[in-house]
Amino acid sequence: MGAIDMELYRKLGTRDALGATLAEIGGEYPELVVLAADCLASVRGKAFAAKFPERAINFGIAEADMMMAAAGMATCGKIPVACTFGFLASLRAGEMIRSGICYPKLNVKIAATSSGLAMGDGGTTHHIIEDIAVLRSFANLTILAPCDGVATTKAVRAAIEFPGPVYLRLGRGGEPNVYKDDFDFEIGKAVTLREGSDVTIIAVGAVILRALEAADILAKKGVSARVIDMITLKPIDRDIILKAARETKLIVTAEDHNILGGLGGAVAEVLSEEPSVPLRRVGIKDTFCSIGPTDELMDKYGLSGKAIAKEVLDYT
Amino acid sequence: MAVCNTVPRKKASICELQQNAAEIRRMVDNMFQNAGGGHYGGCLSEVDVLTALYFRILNVDPQNPRWDDRDRFVLSKGHGAGGLYCTLALAGFFAPERLSTLNQLDSAFGMHPDMSKVPGADMSTGSLGLGICAAVGMAIAGKLDKKSWRVYSLLGDGECHEGVVWEAAMAASHHRLDNLTAIVDRNALSMDGPTEEVMSLEPFAAKWEAFGWAVRTINGHNMREIVDALEAVPFVPGRPSLIVARTTKGKGISFIENRWDCHYASLNPEQGERARKELA
Ligand SMILES: Cc1ncc(C[n+]2csc(CCOP(=O)(O)OP(=O)(O)O)c2C)c(N)n1
Repeated sequence: MGAIDMELYRKLGTRDALGATLAEIGGEYPELVVLAADCLASVRGKAFAAKFPERAINFGIAEADMMMAAAGMATCGKIPVACTFGFLASLRAGEMIRSGICYPKLNVKIAATSSGLAMGDGGTTHHIIEDIAVLRSFANLTILAPCDGVATTKAVRAAIEFPGPVYLRLGRGGEPNVYKDDFDFEIGKAVTLREGSDVTIIAVGAVILRALEAADILAKKGVSARVIDMITLKPIDRDIILKAARETKLIVTAEDHNILGGLGGAVAEVLSEEPSVPLRRVGIKDTFCSIGPTDELMDKYGLSGKAIAKEVLDYT
Repeated sequence: MAVCNTVPRKKASICELQQNAAEIRRMVDNMFQNAGGGHYGGCLSEVDVLTALYFRILNVDPQNPRWDDRDRFVLSKGHGAGGLYCTLALAGFFAPERLSTLNQLDSAFGMHPDMSKVPGADMSTGSLGLGICAAVGMAIAGKLDKKSWRVYSLLGDGECHEGVVWEAAMAASHHRLDNLTAIVDRNALSMDGPTEEVMSLEPFAAKWEAFGWAVRTINGHNMREIVDALEAVPFVPGRPSLIVARTTKGKGISFIENRWDCHYASLNPEQGERARKELA
């Protein structure tokens, strides 16, 4: 793989980084095909389509069909990247991912955009706060959730190299850069974004910046918070969780997902198997969210840096 | 406001309908400019059909939106919510001022209709293909209860790529739902480009016919043709009716018309001014 222009990816959000990466690596992987369900422009796939017109395949507004066609293409040696919005990938085409891709363990990559509350004004149909819970229970599926452009380009490259089904939980784009430095991305390894010795905040995707903000608030109160990006949601990095349980007094998870079955649930499962520390989960409290700009919705549903810090302070 | 009739149960004349449609287009543009953008393309192409429905065809009561014996309308192309909201507001279901909250935190009005919050919305939609299935369910329920109310649903043409639309189409003719009328907003564009390039639909009317529907193709901006078609349903007793309404995506704003990349658009101040002038 050639050198990656990280300067570029620092400026891009998750969605643009997906499109740029696919266009960049298309030449290296002749078997790579990009599938879209009337969202090629939306997932920034037009650059790939311009370079490799025959390998950009539109299925129209037919996500279920696209997902199963991806499965079929994978049986013939292609590496399909099936792109659509998160709610459609994980729910409308959810069974196709399970029975058509995970069960036969086919080499399909699913690029899901606008995850979580990224389409705030789209309302509940376009929010997707159930995907982690659903997909986490699909055997054979790897789930990656990069929070910015740098992490996205690395995750997409790693997904293409990885033999087997991978789901990329991406945002709507425009996310601020988090990964200033080159970091070693490895599937299955979480990233410690900030060291800390009192408590640990484990977050993912759009909530990462808010977790870092919480750590800033806590630092001012004399609480040293470690912040971990659970960039691979599955298989979850047990070691980093258990290490945090040994080294810090409290673990708080934070996610733009229903509090049931998501990142918090996954961390709880790990902690339940070992002598452990208290765990608090920050997430959307089993409700559909209202309409609104994403940032305001995240604040409203308890995902602000302040709310995460409060969760920590209430239990320390 | 050049509106001849805001009492939908009194049937509006063709002239009145045309004036209302023009007013609704202005309301849509105004609302989207205020919110910073919107689904201009599909909201403007559907306006004439929505106007005919709410000011002439549908037996509904704006004062009592959940009236049991009302006709039902399902906006299967949920991203056309902007057009529906303005039509409902003009028809008196709620105060038009409420539309200034579009997309704001906790607003009743987002990109897609929420039946729990929007007076007059009979189904929550937004995920394409699902609304028409719900409309089939309503029509079956109406038949079971021997009701005379009818069910109408508006689909996008791109939406008809969804397989589930054809499951609904099959069910509707199998169950002989002649109380169901579907209208397809055939503006020939979806989100990635022309439907015939993205995923071809033609021969479109013949497909519906093959699925057992009675089909009529009309000019979806000609109020006379729209009303005549809607007043003629069921076209064939015992069969569901389908109206292919040939439309122009973005109808009414020249620089948005027929542009797939204006499916969703935000206007800059100059464009906004031009749009207002063209719709005046
Ligand atoms: C199931 C589903 N797939 C994709 C989308 C995203 N989307 C919203 S509108 C649209 C294009 C719709 O085209 P069409 O049905 O022709 O509507 P119109 O041109 O009238 O706006 C797409 C792909 C969605 N809302 N639901």
